[in-house]
Amino acid sequence: MSDVSGLVPLPVVLPLLAAGAKFAIGTRLPRLNRAISVTTLTAVLAIAVILLVAADRHGPQVAAIGGWQPPVGIVLVADRLSALMLAISAAVTLCVLIYSYGQGTADDERGLPLAVFHPTYLVLAAGISNAFLAGDLFNLYVGFEILLVSSYVLITLGGTASRIRSGTTYVVVSLLSSLLFLAAIGLVYGATGTLNLADLSLRLRDLDQNVKLVLELALLLAFGIKAAVFPMSAWLPDSYPTAPAPVTAVFAGLLTKVGVYAVIRTETLLFPDDQRVAATLMVVALLTMVVGILGAVAQTDVKRMLSFTLVSHIGYMIFGVALGSQLGLSGAIFYAIHHITIQTTLFLTAGMIERTAGSTSTERVGGLAKTAPLLAVLFFLPAMNLAGIPPFSGFLGKLALIEAGGEDGTALAWILVFGSVLTSLLTLYAVGKAWSRVFWRAPRVAMPGTVASAPAHVPAAAVGEVPGATLGGREIRRGGAMPRLMTGATAALVVLGLSFTVVAGPLTDLTDRAAVELRDRDGYVDAVAPAATVRTDGGTVAVPRDGTDRPTDARGRVLEPAEGGTP
Amino acid sequence: MSVSAVLAVVVGVLVAGGVVLLLERSLTRVLLGAALLGNGINVMILAMGGAAGEAPIIGQGPKDEMADPIPQVMILTSIVITFAMTAFLLALAYRSWQLQGNDEVQDDVEDRLVANRRESEPEDTGADADLEAAQDAQAAVEETPSKADDAAIGREHA
Repeated sequence: MSDVSGLVPLPVVLPLLAAGAKFAIGTRLPRLNRAISVTTLTAVLAIAVILLVAADRHGPQVAAIGGWQPPVGIVLVADRLSALMLAISAAVTLCVLIYSYGQGTADDERGLPLAVFHPTYLVLAAGISNAFLAGDLFNLYVGFEILLVSSYVLITLGGTASRIRSGTTYVVVSLLSSLLFLAAIGLVYGATGTLNLADLSLRLRDLDQNVKLVLELALLLAFGIKAAVFPMSAWLPDSYPTAPAPVTAVFAGLLTKVGVYAVIRTETLLFPDDQRVAATLMVVALLTMVVGILGAVAQTDVKRMLSFTLVSHIGYMIFGVALGSQLGLSGAIFYAIHHITIQTTLFLTAGMIERTAGSTSTERVGGLAKTAPLLAVLFFLPAMNLAGIPPFSGFLGKLALIEAGGEDGTALAWILVFGSVLTSLLTLYAVGKAWSRVFWRAPRVAMPGTVASAPAHVPAAAVGEVPGATLGGREIRRGGAMPRLMTGATAALVVLGLSFTVVAGPLTDLTDRAAVELRDRDGYVDAVAPAATVRTDGGTVAVPRDGTDRPTDARGRVLEPAEGGTP
Repeated sequence: MSVSAVLAVVVGVLVAGGVVLLLERSLTRVLLGAALLGNGINVMILAMGGAAGEAPIIGQGPKDEMADPIPQVMILTSIVITFAMTAFLLALAYRSWQLQGNDEVQDDVEDRLVANRRESEPEDTGADADLEAAQDAQAAVEETPSKADDAAIGREHA
């Protein structure tokens, strides 16, 4: 055991402290303000990478908060999956932060709600980190709430009519999912008497199958809404496109993936072997993929189209989780990493299209390849990556999942394989259509910002256009050179997306090891449990930890103290 | 584990009332529904802690008679969170009222377009239907006050 476990709480604590400092400073000292944000997120990225290396070499890194030992105290755990998700989310939030500074400077938004945006953004980052690191169901709930409440603020930033409208849908749906999650937590506690994930993993093994099923479905329902899985996905395309580009980008990349992460954690650590639920998840994954992508094909607005592809591709990850095999989980994790990066990049480029052409509607924008060739490339690469064209990581992720489906071999798995290939093709069609209309179409058909191709009497709202607006909710400022920070941050994310192809070998090895770790739950349990075995007998909820069905003796763990602590 | 019947009934009533209110279109009612639902779930968590007992402080009494403190801790946290959410939803409802004169949850413009298209399809008037839908949507957009109006309303209330 290396001693970097002291770093585990920092990805949560640092952004929160920085957010407090920024609120205290307010709008004064803009350079210091920027430095705080950038330094904090860079530090989180560095810590996440250190944790990833440590978790990969030495097993899960555990920090008991305040010295209170589990299962009574709160633990933060960084295993391979957590650390990997943490690292990629830190990289993405950092790039989006830099992009937002570029946009804020370009729009000259001093004095506008930016004083709220940047601290809230840091709170969002803290919430995401907390959700990834939580070793405790209730702490996971708190992590979700931190990120949700800050996302409510970000999605309604500026308080314009369209943002209030879409924000209302988002807030009410998220609120409902939080309440469902809280109810599920209550049920889990009632059934097992613990909320610590490692402890739960042990106690659930002895629980009645049907009670387990109820608990599992209650949790999956709550996470499914957050992850925008098909029957619960309708809120997403309605609420994301109106928010400012950086906000939509970070939501699209990370918030749904936090839900996916929670699904992976629940399905592997808590309820690993229920075939009924696995079959249900397969069907849900198929519907998510197909219904989502059919929605994307029908859209005429780039942002809405991207929102639908986002929903659709969540299906791939759920497919991998439903398979539950090592190959499937590894594919799902790889796909999540790929998708976080790519989807964020695409939404950032959509923001740049809006700035260049004044709209993201494919009916109104055309011929941008000539006026903004770099933007054309920046959109084209991640778009092809999303569709799964061979050298890119999207192809590798889909290939891994299809292989996993073939290895599973059941009829349902083959249907899913077929569905995922179909989805991939339709994604190619949807993004290809959008790209060729926005960038490739001859400019004389529709000059940027004009209405040449749409009938003149059709108002902007009717062609599905969401009026462009800045972070503060004002009319977006068009024309002029694209701010270098925006281009730079987007280009960095494009390169990050491409680099997954270059490092695909080591990365796949890492996700394989993460999948092995997830399937072998004892590593996680043992990393958290030793602390539990030495706790004092002050804990009133201590229940005997029989440990009969895990190889504790082989690992030399002494279980007597825990049993001695039972009241 | 024994659960008090009174608590179970209270949970049922609160949750049922909350669900009914959540299904309303007025944001204020949704807010009340969420508050009821949240309180119902809090009481449920309390019930999950088992029978009531002594204060769970070591040295205050025999361990066997202590109440389980964990659900109480969770409820406190969730009360704080629900409180914050209520405040935010109230602000949202107020802003919605400022902008629109009511606090009803609005349809998405795209969704309304699709719905209009479906309604007018039997008449098979292709482009006309689209045009009609477009005009409807335009009318809907115009219903919402422009920014200048917002400012005026804002001043009125200031």
